[in-house]
Amino acid sequence: MEKETEHKPGKKYGMVIDLDKCTGCGSCMAACMAENNVPCKDDESNKLTSITWIRVYRLTNKKPFPETEICYLPKPCMHCGGVGDQGHSPCVSVCPATATDYDHGTGIVSQIYTRCFGCRYCMAACPYHARFFNWWDPIWPADLKKSLSPNVSPRMRGVVEKCSFCFHRYQLAMEKAYVEGRRDLEEVEYQTACTQACPSGAITFGDLNNPDHAVATMKDDPNAFRLLERLQTNPKVYYISSREWVRRAGDNYLKNEPTNSKPRVTAHHG
Amino acid sequence: MKIDRRSFLALGLGAAAGTALTPLPWKLTDDISIWTQNWRWLPVPGDGDVTMEIGACTLCPGGCGISVRKVGDRIVKIEGLPGHPVNDGGVCALGISGTQLLYGGSRIKSPMKRSGERGQNKWSPISWDDAIAEVTAQIKTLVEAGKQESLACITGSGSGTTPLLFKRLLAVLGSPNFMTTSSMADSYSAVIRKMHRLSGAVDAGFDFENTGFVLSFGSGIVEGWGSPLRMIRTANDLKTKKVSMVQVEQRLSNTAAFTQALVAVKPGMEADLALGMAAVIVAENLHNASAVGGSSSGFAEFAAMLKQQFSPDAVSAKTGLKSTAIAELARKFADPANRSLAICGRGQGSAPGSMREFMAVHALNALVGRVNTQGGVYAVQAPDYIDWAKDSSMTAAITGKIRIDEAGVGAFAHTDSLLNRLPAKILAKGDSPVGLLLVSEANPVYTLAGTKQVMEAFKKIPYIVSFSATMDETTALADIILPNHSYLERYQDIPVRAGLVKPLINLAKPVAAPQYDTQNVGDVVIKIAKALETPVADAFPWENYEDCLAKTLGDKWEPMKEKGFWTDEAFVPGAGATAFAFPAQLPDEPALAGDEKTMALVLLPKESMRLWGGAVADLPFVLKTVPDTDLKGNQVVVEVNPKTGASLGLADGKEALLTTASGSATVTVTFFEGIMEGVVAIPKGLGHTGSEKYIADKGVNTGDLIAPFEDPVSGLDAAFGTRASLKRA
Repeated sequence: MEKETEHKPGKKYGMVIDLDKCTGCGSCMAACMAENNVPCKDDESNKLTSITWIRVYRLTNKKPFPETEICYLPKPCMHCGGVGDQGHSPCVSVCPATATDYDHGTGIVSQIYTRCFGCRYCMAACPYHARFFNWWDPIWPADLKKSLSPNVSPRMRGVVEKCSFCFHRYQLAMEKAYVEGRRDLEEVEYQTACTQACPSGAITFGDLNNPDHAVATMKDDPNAFRLLERLQTNPKVYYISSREWVRRAGDNYLKNEPTNSKPRVTAHHG
Repeated sequence: MKIDRRSFLALGLGAAAGTALTPLPWKLTDDISIWTQNWRWLPVPGDGDVTMEIGACTLCPGGCGISVRKVGDRIVKIEGLPGHPVNDGGVCALGISGTQLLYGGSRIKSPMKRSGERGQNKWSPISWDDAIAEVTAQIKTLVEAGKQESLACITGSGSGTTPLLFKRLLAVLGSPNFMTTSSMADSYSAVIRKMHRLSGAVDAGFDFENTGFVLSFGSGIVEGWGSPLRMIRTANDLKTKKVSMVQVEQRLSNTAAFTQALVAVKPGMEADLALGMAAVIVAENLHNASAVGGSSSGFAEFAAMLKQQFSPDAVSAKTGLKSTAIAELARKFADPANRSLAICGRGQGSAPGSMREFMAVHALNALVGRVNTQGGVYAVQAPDYIDWAKDSSMTAAITGKIRIDEAGVGAFAHTDSLLNRLPAKILAKGDSPVGLLLVSEANPVYTLAGTKQVMEAFKKIPYIVSFSATMDETTALADIILPNHSYLERYQDIPVRAGLVKPLINLAKPVAAPQYDTQNVGDVVIKIAKALETPVADAFPWENYEDCLAKTLGDKWEPMKEKGFWTDEAFVPGAGATAFAFPAQLPDEPALAGDEKTMALVLLPKESMRLWGGAVADLPFVLKTVPDTDLKGNQVVVEVNPKTGASLGLADGKEALLTTASGSATVTVTFFEGIMEGVVAIPKGLGHTGSEKYIADKGVNTGDLIAPFEDPVSGLDAAFGTRASLKRA
């Protein structure tokens, strides 16, 4: 008898960040740096050259005191799927060296440092400023080299780097699963460093296509939104906020334009 | 052959098309990466077996458990310990950066003796034997001259075996001068001792998990107050349960942003707001009858004082709030259904604060029966597990002796230690009352307010011994350094006294082999004691520190080594100590230093989870998270309201000169709508000195600008800010 082929959608890892929970403590940033061997310079106050794969932004409603409100927004790489989720992410589309690619098995946008020759087209193409360029060689003074993790290669001067959704953790978890004769991962087996460190539990990570994972239902929250959604970049990072002004800050709206109005771009060239 | 235009173009285009068809461009892009990337100085992290080990974080008093990931013998990552009662897997930016302390450039690599002038930072390495012999000789000289009382010690915490070994050493030698770094926990202890007529190691424990309404008088609930990770976790649970949290503050701090409810009270008027609320509660008869009656005392006088001094109009004028708003807040707070809890201690509570404020807030809780009750504030005994046989000569040696800081007796009977009073005592006429100072896990030269005076005072101390693992401002002034292991290389018990209700003791463990020629400070104290011979050595019957710890912890020792902590899950705080003494009068609020006419602004420090103002300076990862609205280049950034800025002719992002009665500093100004007009906020935790380039000489220490103010009741530093002026540079 012919065996029926099971058609399962591929994995699509994504993140839901509850902005009502974020306190702006910066744990996610530090956890990411420690996990991914991100170096530190003597002066990191120039945020244009400071490499932080996930950065916590401060949004304000711009009202005068005491009606002012703040919302903190942690922003990793959005791992865009592009129009129709076909993998035409803004950065992947422009890379001349195939140094960044869309993995259809996980939905993760990779960055292969040894292929990158530093043209920075991807940085120009990324609407989220999620990519960072190594203007200098990384320096680990004193004995700090001892704290480097062998799971992530240190980057060199002249290459672009960005958040990988801790892809090495996925690889390690998959290796373990294969050894144990499994082909699938439990939700807890693959979590990013920022998710794990967040004291507020504001970050939830998992497979957006797997109904057993929390993110699959959370992304449909009525208060969920994505950044610059109308560009049709199809980001895999969702945000939740109970505040209207925060949700509106996620895109460029005209003064009287309703939030969640139709996208202005329906298709991209290329 | 003649090359005409046509053939030139054809050749060119043909060559281009031909090249594009070959793999050459792709080979070239590949080669460019290879040529530009193979640098021999780029590290290749070594591989090895991956193990996870349990430890405890000591970088703040919060008491988190940590899970340390090792590759071979290297520590590559610090994570939160799942299942730990404080952080349950979460971890803060500073905790994560602990590896940068372990392997960082500020570590002291061997015992060292000063070879230059004080503060010149010139050292020559010596052996451990010589270092211990030298310190022992110095102590002996002091004792033989009959000046044993001039032996003093400063530690970061007053509990746990390590600080108590120091305390014991001093006591056996005959000195009562064991001092600790003060914080809001000391103010809370003083309030509880005073208002509940208790003594001993009592702390305030806050039952946030079961509360129904939190009223915070400037406490940075999500910014490092109390036990930072427990507070962030609990605040999120409360928010999910739709528990109302109201923040009383002068600016939209991260806590106010998180609670989304800000009561903007004028600077320093927090206590008056609390008392104004109490007046409304008493006037409307909303107080808890059993809490004010029974064994409590002084209610009638307290009520009369409220009626006389805290009328709605008077409070409204002082606080800048509408009297209807105050009354509404008071009614909400008094409603028994709300299970309210009021807390104080500004920001992270690293500064002790005024007793006026602590007494007012504690009285407000007591008035509505929120003391020693579920969801309220408890008077809890600190974990009591250290039961070392007391040598009778030891207690006799210090009985009746007055401490240099005069804590624990007379006017300051409710306080254990008053480090803030030390500089003035040293600088008084004559010889320094401190002849020999031992400093361990504290950095008073940086953390005490009035830095200039503190520096002078420390320079006047004849001999300073530092046990610090890292080079800091205090160690830079030492004569000899006996470096401790880092907290990832040593055993240490850490009783957590950061507002928890249930008793908790963490155990730091040597998860890494010692990186340098350092020793556990506990071992060093025992060695010094043994070198001092009888009777001192007799009071230290342990072989070494590990032996002392194992014997002290008894049954708890083995389980703690396994689990990393000990707690009493079944612990239910006693309903005891309900007797409450209401104050008939409150001390005055601390006066702001400076002339109101020339300094029209009020400067307030701000604290955050990204910039730590305590003994441990920001580590590189944490400093990298600091926004450019706190630090830009080497300059501190101060926050003002755009209206204030405009009225002073300042420009957003431009330099200005900040002046207070204590000093001045060039700062960058940032305009922020979320701050009250007339207020300037300055981040705390900058202005470190030393050789660590990433942190040194950046910004200014708030202690340079804000002078200390001695509280008349507790004796602790009650300064919360200062008057200031801001002029265009």
